[in-house]
Amino acid sequence: MSYLQKSPWIIHYDASSCNGCDIEVLACLTPLYDVERFGILNTGNPKHADIFVITGGVNEINKEVVKNIYDQMPHPKVVVAVGICACSGGVFKECYNISGGVATVIPVDIYVPGCAARPESIIDGIVQALSILEQKRNSMKTGVEGTA
Amino acid sequence: MNPFLAAAVFIILAPVVGILITGLDRILTARMQGRVGPPVLQPWYDIRKLIQKKQVAVWGAQSFFIFCYLIFIIFTGALFFAGGDILLVIFAFTLAHVFLVLGAYVSFSPYAHIGAERELIQLMAVEPMIIIAAIGLYQVNDSFLIGEMADHPGMPILLLPGVFLGFIYILTFKLRKSPFDLATSHHAHQELVKGSTTEFSGRTLAMVELAHIYELVVMLGFIWLFFGANLILCALAIVVIMFLEILVDNCTSRVRWQDAMISAWFVTLVAGAGNIFALSIM
Repeated sequence: MSYLQKSPWIIHYDASSCNGCDIEVLACLTPLYDVERFGILNTGNPKHADIFVITGGVNEINKEVVKNIYDQMPHPKVVVAVGICACSGGVFKECYNISGGVATVIPVDIYVPGCAARPESIIDGIVQALSILEQKRNSMKTGVEGTA
Repeated sequence: MNPFLAAAVFIILAPVVGILITGLDRILTARMQGRVGPPVLQPWYDIRKLIQKKQVAVWGAQSFFIFCYLIFIIFTGALFFAGGDILLVIFAFTLAHVFLVLGAYVSFSPYAHIGAERELIQLMAVEPMIIIAAIGLYQVNDSFLIGEMADHPGMPILLLPGVFLGFIYILTFKLRKSPFDLATSHHAHQELVKGSTTEFSGRTLAMVELAHIYELVVMLGFIWLFFGANLILCALAIVVIMFLEILVDNCTSRVRWQDAMISAWFVTLVAGAGNIFALSIM
């Protein structure tokens, strides 16, 4: 296991979610789940983060914000879409102002469905994201930038 | 001990000691919050990971300034443990922090700018007490050389209780712990994002983390000077002080910079300068 997998720092952004998934994301940091056991920290700063945890269906106004946060994160980085709205737009998919999922704006690596997604499945999603993070680092080292 | 050997031992062993203390700090913090906490070596994993990340810097100059910050912190510690002049140690220590402030000012980020300003405020709050500590230690030892202070047969703390108390007070600023973590914090989601370190990433941030670890060992070295040759009592004092720092970190919220600075100067004036005055008329 590389150091990248032992110390994943996340940034959490609410892209027009109903706050249900956000509360579950923050629940992962509480004493019951305590993700800091795995070295996971919530940084709140894209330049320090490795994993972009994003909730909500992304509307027309925060589209640019999502892109901006993604671009500011240094490689290697992964995106975890938490909740059904982030995965596909959910019940809001047909709304005039919703883009319909995070994948319409930035490349998503892991989808965590659920309404709201359970803390267990969010942690599972982040742990799965770690192996993708590792793959991206290896391809970065060998010089294949396209996948990173 | 040969001064060059002592400096080399510091450069090699300080990160080991610093990482262990920081790791235990994080575990203890987690336990105080009812959590399990990360492994002891987590700060080491963090630094190694940051080195593996790609460098993102809008202005390249910040890496240079942060490199100078790290080098001068290491120089400060090496000079300290080689038994050099305490005044030179303090000047090098301040210079290192000026480089950190310059590094934070390089980018145009408003968060980093306010962080840099607060870093300067912290320096202003802390500097008088550090200089008073040097004066107090001079009065007791009749020498500014750390090499001679370390051989003091008694305990300077018995003559310098006020100075020691003041020094513990400003230690909270230096360890970047609440309520005085104005410039940057170990905890996320503060109003400044990450304050002075907001714009640093990858290797630059790793250098900042490493410099903080060296800085921690230098600050604990200052505590050692108050105990002279009584190393066991010194170790005990360090354990108690670190525990109290972590406890205070967990029980208090950040104060405004005005309160932080005025309270630090008040403690410096009453406990520090009062102690020096009493000692000089004795």
